[in-house]
Amino acid sequence: MKARVLVTLKTGILDPQGKAIEDALRALAVEGVESVRQGKVFDIKLALTDSAKAEGVLREACEKLLANQVVENYQVELG
Amino acid sequence: MNAAVIVFPGSNREKDVARALTAATGRAPAFVWHAETALPPGTDLVVLPGGFSYGDYLRCGAIAARAPVIAAVRAHAARGGLVLGICNGFQILVETGLLPGVLMRNANLRFVCRMQHLRVERNDTAYTSHYEPSQVIEVAIAHGEGNYVAGAETLARLEGDGRVAFRYCDRDGVVGGAANPNGSMHDIAGIYSEKLNVLGLMPHPENLIDPLVGGTDGLLFFESLAAA
Repeated sequence: MKARVLVTLKTGILDPQGKAIEDALRALAVEGVESVRQGKVFDIKLALTDSAKAEGVLREACEKLLANQVVENYQVELG
Repeated sequence: MNAAVIVFPGSNREKDVARALTAATGRAPAFVWHAETALPPGTDLVVLPGGFSYGDYLRCGAIAARAPVIAAVRAHAARGGLVLGICNGFQILVETGLLPGVLMRNANLRFVCRMQHLRVERNDTAYTSHYEPSQVIEVAIAHGEGNYVAGAETLARLEGDGRVAFRYCDRDGVVGGAANPNGSMHDIAGIYSEKLNVLGLMPHPENLIDPLVGGTDGLLFFESLAAA
């Protein structure tokens, strides 16, 4: 089973990288961009078939390592 | 004072801190590889040195914080043993949860490498007893992710309990504005654990122990530890 985990900064946490990208897009005259927040994507292959179990494993992975929950949120997508 | 310096793949300041500890305590520390599961018997102080453990993969300090040796470091801290994290070591300590908050990318996105003044916020701990109250010291900083961030509640607790160890300031001890090199909340350069036995700080006192390299303000830090 394939899965995708998205880790993003919580609202209100300053994201200087996202801001720099946003400014660069503006400099490139890419119109209509209001703001940019940068995050991380993890594509994970699981040796599991049960989706409830898979979701549990992915949440455990996020809580133990993939996301720092002081400043980051995570989202799990099963493919 | 028996010290153990933990070495991770990508640590690069372990010899600097070993030199400072040897100069102050007269005894060379043990080097402990991250894959070990125990500290040398009789360890008083554990040091997590500066560097780029695991190439800063995922988040600075994140992988090192899950290394096998960390369980022994946690147990040492829980017993009241001294644990010092410098620079990447501070990042590792917040990732383990032994210290609260997180170190984010510097607000101006630049790696800062220069001399910096700090104010010693209290001089009644194992790390600072040889400094004067509110002494302003000059040490080196070298980091890209030193911007200390914590929730309002955590900050209030740190301030209320006197757990801010060092603040960035100018030569006169005034905090704020251009004296803050990385955007850290409350100008925080270092914090203590609840029992004041765990200290994490971004600056490098271990590099200011010899007049030859520009100052000795870091020596008092290690002499405090030697007397602890």
